[in-house]
Amino acid sequence: MSQAKLKVGVYWGASCGGCDVAFLDIHEKILDVIQVAEVKFWPCAMDFKYKDVEGYPDGYLDITLFNGAIRNSENEHVARLLRKKSKLMVAFGACAHMGGIPGLANFWSKKDIFASAYLESPSTENLQKIVPQVETKVPEGTLKIPELYENVRTLAQTIDVDYTVPGCPPNPEQIAIVLGAVASGKLPAKGAVVGASDKAMCEDCPRKKKELKFKKFQRRHLTHPDPEICFMEQGIVCLGAATRAGCGWRCIGSNMPCRGCYGPLPNVTDQGAKILAAIASHIDSEDPEEVERILDGIPDPAGYFYRFGLPLSLLHRRHLGDR
Amino acid sequence: MPYKIGVYVCHCGTNIAGMVNVEEVADFARGIPGVTLSRTYKFMCSDPGQALLQEDIRKNGLDAVVVAACSPLMHERTFRRAAQEAGLNPFLVQIANIREQCSWVTEGKGAATEKAKALVAAAVRRAREHQPLEMRRVEITPSALVVGGGIAGIQAALDLADAGVQVVLVEREPSIGGHMAMFDKTFPTLDCAACILTPKMVAAGSHPNIKLMTWSEVEEVSGFVGNFKVKIRRKAGYVDHDKCTGCGLCIEKCPYKADSEFEQGLAKRKAIYLPFAQAVPNKPIIDKNACAYLKNGKCRVCVKFCEAAAIDFTQQDRVEEVTVGTIVLATGFQAMDGRRIPELGYGRLPGVYSALEFERLNNAAGPTNGVIQTRDGRAPRSVAILHCTGSRDENHHRYCSRVCCMYALKYAHLLREKLPEARVYNFYIDMRCFGKGYEEFYKRLQEEGVRFVRGKGAQVWGGAEWKAMVPAAAVPEGLEDHQLVVVAEDSLLQQVLHVPVDMVVLTPAFEPRFDAEEVGRRFLVSRGADGFFLEQHPKLAPVSTTNEGVFIAGACQGPKDIPDTVAQGSAAASKALSLITRKEIEIEATTAHVQDELCSGCRTCIGLCPYNAITFDEARKRAAVNDALCKGCGTCVAACPSSAILARHFGDRQIFSEIEGLLSL
Amino acid sequence: MSFEPKIVGFLCNWCTYTGADLAGTSRMKYAPNVRVVRVMCSGRVDPTFVLKAFREGADGVLLGGCHPGDCHYQSGNMKTLRRIPLLKRLLKDMGIEEGRLRLEWISASEGERYQRVINEFVEQVRALGPLNLEVRKALPKKSQATA
Repeated sequence: MSQAKLKVGVYWGASCGGCDVAFLDIHEKILDVIQVAEVKFWPCAMDFKYKDVEGYPDGYLDITLFNGAIRNSENEHVARLLRKKSKLMVAFGACAHMGGIPGLANFWSKKDIFASAYLESPSTENLQKIVPQVETKVPEGTLKIPELYENVRTLAQTIDVDYTVPGCPPNPEQIAIVLGAVASGKLPAKGAVVGASDKAMCEDCPRKKKELKFKKFQRRHLTHPDPEICFMEQGIVCLGAATRAGCGWRCIGSNMPCRGCYGPLPNVTDQGAKILAAIASHIDSEDPEEVERILDGIPDPAGYFYRFGLPLSLLHRRHLGDR
Repeated sequence: MPYKIGVYVCHCGTNIAGMVNVEEVADFARGIPGVTLSRTYKFMCSDPGQALLQEDIRKNGLDAVVVAACSPLMHERTFRRAAQEAGLNPFLVQIANIREQCSWVTEGKGAATEKAKALVAAAVRRAREHQPLEMRRVEITPSALVVGGGIAGIQAALDLADAGVQVVLVEREPSIGGHMAMFDKTFPTLDCAACILTPKMVAAGSHPNIKLMTWSEVEEVSGFVGNFKVKIRRKAGYVDHDKCTGCGLCIEKCPYKADSEFEQGLAKRKAIYLPFAQAVPNKPIIDKNACAYLKNGKCRVCVKFCEAAAIDFTQQDRVEEVTVGTIVLATGFQAMDGRRIPELGYGRLPGVYSALEFERLNNAAGPTNGVIQTRDGRAPRSVAILHCTGSRDENHHRYCSRVCCMYALKYAHLLREKLPEARVYNFYIDMRCFGKGYEEFYKRLQEEGVRFVRGKGAQVWGGAEWKAMVPAAAVPEGLEDHQLVVVAEDSLLQQVLHVPVDMVVLTPAFEPRFDAEEVGRRFLVSRGADGFFLEQHPKLAPVSTTNEGVFIAGACQGPKDIPDTVAQGSAAASKALSLITRKEIEIEATTAHVQDELCSGCRTCIGLCPYNAITFDEARKRAAVNDALCKGCGTCVAACPSSAILARHFGDRQIFSEIEGLLSL
Repeated sequence: MSFEPKIVGFLCNWCTYTGADLAGTSRMKYAPNVRVVRVMCSGRVDPTFVLKAFREGADGVLLGGCHPGDCHYQSGNMKTLRRIPLLKRLLKDMGIEEGRLRLEWISASEGERYQRVINEFVEQVRALGPLNLEVRKALPKKSQATA
């Protein structure tokens, strides 16, 4: 091996750790990866200190795979730091790409969240009503913790991102492909989404599909869908038609409709608006009252359509007004 | 910015410049990225205005042009053509509507100028995203459909047929002729309607280029300009017209009768009948609701007497399909039912007649052979003609029916002529005698001793009713029970009159046909607030509609007299002809297009297209839009969850840019 | 100074846009707050357009199409009739008052009705106050990635 190994950083922002686990899920292919890559920084797996990173020269890392959304000042600080230290910055996974599940926090205000987490939840006993403060004075001095932001942001809404690998988590098979591409120098154009198709899930979906028509909507947990037939034709909202393929149809294969974690298609500006347009166009009624009755079958449209993509969506967050 | 955009702010005389500070708008436009020059001009649509734009395109190599002027529905084509002549693709022109939707509707110069700036900003940003497009050309089928065989339709059909166009003339009734065939004399010349109409009817019936389909209705229209596919229901008439010689023996022998529609129910006709003697085609049909054989299986007298063996009781409705390049709608009007104004007594008092009833009563070929008499056979000694029955009336129709004043004068003249002793009253709001020779006719009638009362006939009472209702002192002297009392305010004398008469003639308003709404939808022709078909432009495109290739003529567009109706029939024919003689037509390039590399075959678009222009390739699992069928509505584009369908000229990026521009200030 | 709402109107070419032109030719005065995007059919109005308008600072969005049954493209407006109720539900979930989005069927001959609808809607949105959408503060300029 004449070529030097790629210096790789892996970091997690606001995320669950699933993306980190996905690296391990590549199983024996990890052997191929370590042929070309050397992990320099991966706090989820090994103990690293930020000052190690701070000590790197700028552009020292060949590539950083950043998973997780930007939710607090620490996420942002490290994202900026890694951007400086990395030649290529990859938004890795749905949270970095679109906000992901942590992005659902954008349906609430920071105040709501603190109230729920620290004051009101049934399992909380907090008689002094203490909620986290960025700075707390104690006899020994001032304690500082990262500041929780009002809005969850995507990585690209925070720093300059070179590539995006979508998915919650990304299909492990794609990881080796991405690193292989970087090692071989065959880089796609900046801004590209890699490790996913430019076509929607329906491209890969094996289910039978004939004609769309919604007389009523069904919720998945209240029904037993036929595993052979398109969910939509069974009245179950599936985001597959508005979502990039590439995941290996894991949900659909488990008889669950697509949740949209691979995000919008190349020309789409707002994934939720597009699935909305697609399904509403096929409501089988021209009577406004009946349309409303049929729509009652989708009790939480925003939550359903923006399950993974609220911070990336046009509106970015629930508007709180003067609340 | 790769774009060199020219912005032209039109003064439109003072139409725009009087309310919008055009110089300020032009200065503002100069500051928008991409704009290389920005000018104002007095009339952009004028020749020098267009020349200015063309010179700039040639000299400065403009990439796109924004014209801030009147509505794009007005002059988009003008500026597109100008651009094209100067070598710029016509789709690189964008119009900002700062007249109809800005200067004319906004109060305050400041507000109007601000709005105009926003509209210009949007147009410039949109123009930056425009792509050159090529118009598509399709061949035009050199044939026409004319719907409605009244005088408008007959005129249109004859003009087209004389020019060599194959015409299909569809008429819902058993004969062509329409309302005009019912009339005796026509105003103001008093020439006989039959004498001038019958030759035209015969010509239409025998013209080698006209295929006449009477007793038929258009059921479905598909396709588009140049190639409309029309399904026509040929209603069963139970007489094989190919065999029928028109001898009329069957009619003579038929023992069953029904009210004659043509005679307004004032006379009977047979179950096998011609609506009137001069009917075209001059061959009968059988009324299945009156025919004993079709109702009960007994009779067959007509079969017995028909030597040609033309009676065919097995006949069924059948649907014929024709392809035509263009369509003329001439479906006419209907007269308002007088019963809708109960205070005028129509339908309740036998002495009250509708105008069409009076036409038949007066017609030499009518139920009384032209003798004007009441239902009980008396010659009226006094007749009141009430104008504006349901017209110019807030409770019914706000519009003027345009012909009633004139035919009311005609009735008065005919009454004076036939019954010189009778008193004839005209109760009117205003006399509207605007046509050629009309005012002269009015003057003549005034000299003939007709009594004109300026006041609307408000109520009509039966003589007996009146006596029972009012004190004896208020009963006109000698009022008989069978007579009528017309109550009206003479607005010149400012006095309420109670006028005893023997006969009252109403002048019911022209109304759109009962099924105008349905017909409008079938032909994609919009209707105005009055319910009549809407012309594309009230002055400059009076017989065109927003559905290209479909023209309207006659009273289906609004009330009109025979000269105007005939003129429109010819106008529609000439528009249709000018379309057909082009042989090819350019149709919008702004269609939808499936980007194969983005289509996942999700089938969301399938079933959304009203024109079935989207097909699904099962083998490749991809959707595709058929360019020739797509009309560019964009419904599939909005629904495509992958944004894989591109709307040419109305793409996401173009509209996003427009939104950004509109909200940029 | 009273609040002047910014409203984007998406009007179909054949009915509402023509009706708006008729209001103009008839010189009917109405509030200047509505700025119009012409589309060929209300069925072209992707819900994304509505979100985009709010994102760009609109306080209200008006959709105008042909009356049911009168669509120039036969049934495009019916797709709109189905999409808008769901879009309104989504907007409500997103904290945007339903009253900021209005769908109206206005024909080519209803200039008067266009004038009335515009004036009414402007007052309706004025009463709701400025939207001041938080995303505009949270993600100013072009930081919105559309990858």
